[in-house]
Amino acid sequence: MNHLDEQQLLEYRYGDAADTPAVEQHLRECPECRKSYDALEQVLAYVDALPVAEPGANYETRLWHAIAPKLDRAPGAGARPGFDWSAWTAWMSPRRLVTIGAVATLIVAAFLAGRYIPIGGMRTPPVSPAQDVVARNPTQVRERILLVAVGDHLDKAQSILLEISNAEPEVAGNAKDKEVDISQEQQRAEDLVNSNRIYRQTALKTGDNAVASVLDDLEPILLEIAHSPSKVSAEQLDQLQQGIAARGLLLKVRVLDSTVRNREKAATPRASSSGS
Amino acid sequence: MNRMEGGDAEQVQQALGGDQDAFRVLVERHGRSLFRLAYRMTGNEHDAEEVVQEAMLRAYRRLDKFESRANFGTWLYRIGVNCALDLMRKRKPEAIHRQQPSGTGEEELDPLDLAVSTDPGPDRLMLSGEVRDKVKAAMMELSPVERTAFVLRHFEGRSIEEIGSTLGLGAGATKNSVFRAVQKLRRTLEPLVSQRQIAKGNAS
Repeated sequence: MNHLDEQQLLEYRYGDAADTPAVEQHLRECPECRKSYDALEQVLAYVDALPVAEPGANYETRLWHAIAPKLDRAPGAGARPGFDWSAWTAWMSPRRLVTIGAVATLIVAAFLAGRYIPIGGMRTPPVSPAQDVVARNPTQVRERILLVAVGDHLDKAQSILLEISNAEPEVAGNAKDKEVDISQEQQRAEDLVNSNRIYRQTALKTGDNAVASVLDDLEPILLEIAHSPSKVSAEQLDQLQQGIAARGLLLKVRVLDSTVRNREKAATPRASSSGS
Repeated sequence: MNRMEGGDAEQVQQALGGDQDAFRVLVERHGRSLFRLAYRMTGNEHDAEEVVQEAMLRAYRRLDKFESRANFGTWLYRIGVNCALDLMRKRKPEAIHRQQPSGTGEEELDPLDLAVSTDPGPDRLMLSGEVRDKVKAAMMELSPVERTAFVLRHFEGRSIEEIGSTLGLGAGATKNSVFRAVQKLRRTLEPLVSQRQIAKGNAS
């Protein structure tokens, strides 16, 4: 038996090893792997030694008193309006804003700018000619920034999906050992996971269900790619490709991308634009 | 065990019928274990309390979605995991520390209620404050998904399949998240472990 890698040692540690007796025998015979396994055990022992806070003897009573006043509806009545923790989750994390970079920052700015302007979805609201002068431009600017950002996001997602869909395991070597390095796609997918969530929540908030639905389909596959090993086996690659195909994701993303681009054009101010 | 779970299902039925005391039984029965899980995930008491409260509220609002044949504890734990994940994503990694209670109508935390258990147990290591801080920091450096997958596998003993379905990940991605978490912990903590062993060796 070859030396055990870290993954195999960990699987053995958690009782998930494919062949436990073989691992045990190897550990008995191989001082090197035994040493590595002991090091793993020691690190885990340190983690085990972290104390867990105990919330105190009257915790149950305190907990009940904290939530009882908030049980204002019948059970199973759904979320309270106005309490959207997950949306705030996405909006308030600076790390996420950094990840998404300037585009997201612009969106936040655009949202703040457009905050006092009543809008329904990403559509331009009906405005009187008098209001038009004041309201039309900020609304359009805001809408356009959003559409550009979403379009950009869809482009990036599309290119990752395409690369994964077209990836092929190396032909050389034993068919069973074929591996594909997807570390690049993985990194990019990881970056997109956060922005995807923000755009999806934004679309939901603004009632843009078409955008929200495609982004909703996109999210699990981005997560799956982001959390795959950097080198996937032919079988794992096949699973990813099937995941993309089963949802018809490539087509959906492409169609939405072009819709968004068209709307972006429609939202571009025709007159009084200051510079290009 | 069946009787207890049967008890949970009964309480759910009564709560759905409008009996808040029945829901209180569920809250009091599961609050503490949920707190421990949330504490492992968020790394601090204040966040853990917030997670438990939010999880209980979410559970109450979705109580009609609970299938009576399912295990209420498992159902609630999944809600709790997702609440904790949401909160972890909200927090800046460096901002994960004990927060001051906001005092906005909520009961203030009594520091005595939050006494940290320092009993090392029969075969548990006793860490010095400095080492403990380093181990805690290493845990906090994991990404929210990695930390969650690791906590569920290591401390909660959940299976890869169960963790995957809670997190919405496939088996491969789940395994890989646990693996990455452990790899990062090893990278950070192994030097610490070997230092300590050298020190121990010198002392004896």
